[in-house]
Amino acid sequence: MPLLELDGVQARYGPIQALHGVSLTVDEGEVVALLGANGAGKTTTLRAVSGTVATSGRIAFAGRALNGAGPESVARRGIAHVPEGRGILGELTVRENLRLGAYVRRGRREVERDLERVTEHFPWLRDRRDQDAATLSGGEQQMLALARALVSRPRLLMLDEPSLGLAPLVVQELFRIVGELNREEGLSVLVVEQNANIALQSSSRAYVLEVGRVAVEGESTELRAHEGVRRSYLGY
Amino acid sequence: MDGQLFAQQVVSGLANGAVYASLALALVLIYRTTHVVNFAQGEMAMFTTFVAWSLNNRMSYWPAFVLTLAFAFVFGAAIERVVIRPVEQASHLTVIMVTIALFVTVNGFVLWVWTPDLRDFPTPFTGEPVVVAGVFFARHEIGIIALTVATVVVLWAFFRFTKLGLAMRAAAIRPEAARLLGVRVGWMLALGWGFAAVLGAIAGMMTAPLRLLDPNMMQPVLIYAFAAAVLGGIASPAGAVIGGFTIGVGINLLATYVDFVTPELELPVAFAVLIGILLFRPAGIFGRVAARRV
Ligand SMILES: Nc1ncnc2c1ncn2[C@@H]1O[C@H](COP(=O)(O)OP(=O)(O)O)[C@@H](O)[C@H]1O
Ligand SMILES: [Mg+2]
Repeated sequence: MPLLELDGVQARYGPIQALHGVSLTVDEGEVVALLGANGAGKTTTLRAVSGTVATSGRIAFAGRALNGAGPESVARRGIAHVPEGRGILGELTVRENLRLGAYVRRGRREVERDLERVTEHFPWLRDRRDQDAATLSGGEQQMLALARALVSRPRLLMLDEPSLGLAPLVVQELFRIVGELNREEGLSVLVVEQNANIALQSSSRAYVLEVGRVAVEGESTELRAHEGVRRSYLGY
Repeated sequence: MDGQLFAQQVVSGLANGAVYASLALALVLIYRTTHVVNFAQGEMAMFTTFVAWSLNNRMSYWPAFVLTLAFAFVFGAAIERVVIRPVEQASHLTVIMVTIALFVTVNGFVLWVWTPDLRDFPTPFTGEPVVVAGVFFARHEIGIIALTVATVVVLWAFFRFTKLGLAMRAAAIRPEAARLLGVRVGWMLALGWGFAAVLGAIAGMMTAPLRLLDPNMMQPVLIYAFAAAVLGGIASPAGAVIGGFTIGVGINLLATYVDFVTPELELPVAFAVLIGILLFRPAGIFGRVAARRV
């Protein structure tokens, strides 16, 4: 049974239909990439899962239907969604942002330990935890968003264009950490990217969306060799 | 200048100001969480004070005080869920109309239930005046100031140090981001209204002993509270508190030392301050320029 399963999911914003029946799965312990041009419906697909857009079709998480659950409940079920733009609360401190990541959890001790532990991946967070999050650079904010998602101990991590606006080295670092978490802790990840290169290198499977439909799907290594994908998304 | 008179006027100004500060803080809390300017804040405070009066007939002061705060909390939260939630997405004008309707409704309801008679309302701060360096200060005034400062400190600590306080701040700053983190934003907004109503109830119960309990008693207080909140920058809790004390002391000193400011002119003066700030310093004296995200 897949961890996350979308079956014929449609979504609309008022009169505009953004998804025309998207089907995809993410298995436990897998990193899956979701690619596609601007406006293809990648963000909407993540929003369908987290319950921030109206949908029809079937969405199941760990075997139970998710449809209709609001974002608050979806977060409580163990899905951490780092949205486009990262969703950092700039007026709060770094530490307060991290504490919010643990909002859905109980057990003070364990949370404190995880707050400590997460800084192993992001050592610089330790020195800057009393700073307003708004003072961090874009790359640091993306790392903070990732760290905050981890503190919630998610079963599934959803990242929406984490590489957007970041320097190539920072992007490498970010995906390195995601890969590490996947290998060492078995974290399942669904990552939306326009940077197909790095997304295909870092994932085991991928889907390509075109105007609200899955156009291509397969193993990431296969997709890297795929004629159409190469020409449209990899640029060679 | 008579030092004794000055000291006494400053302290009673601080006592008045404490009440303005509480109500101003209530306004700011609601503005920050739901972006509503609540014209009914004073009437809600007045209503809960009438509830306190009825409770006071059945029990001693402090139990009645605590029960009133609990009632105010539930009442404020319920108002948010039942009255404000349906117009959450509506225009500013609609929301203002709704709070004015709430003002009229609450006022009418109190007149209907309790009749317009003036009533004495007890103060818990009784006894001989406090004497400091030969100057006499009324216990009630000292009590109001202490109670308000204590309330502000508790509220500050709540928002600063507790998980729920943090979630409420997050819900106010970026509701969509907070939701994705599992924060039940709707409830946080209702809690905000609940806390505001509690502050209002404290303001009402502290005002009633000074002015007699009457259904219109909070209306001038609301004007001063608006002036205080605007002075503090409408979105700044610390600004509202400082603004409240400033207005309280300022008006008292004006009335004492400037001959043409008679008691009838105190409200117009407060209004002039309010308009002046809005015109010349819309961000308030202490506030930063509106950093509001929509
Ligand atoms: N809030 C919105 N209101 C109306 N239309 C929207 C909204 N968000 C996205 N859309 C439309 O839905 C489609 C898919 O958008 P999106 O999921 O954001 O694409 P992507 O993330 O792949 O760039 C686009 O046609 C976009 O214009
Ligand atoms: Mg997008």
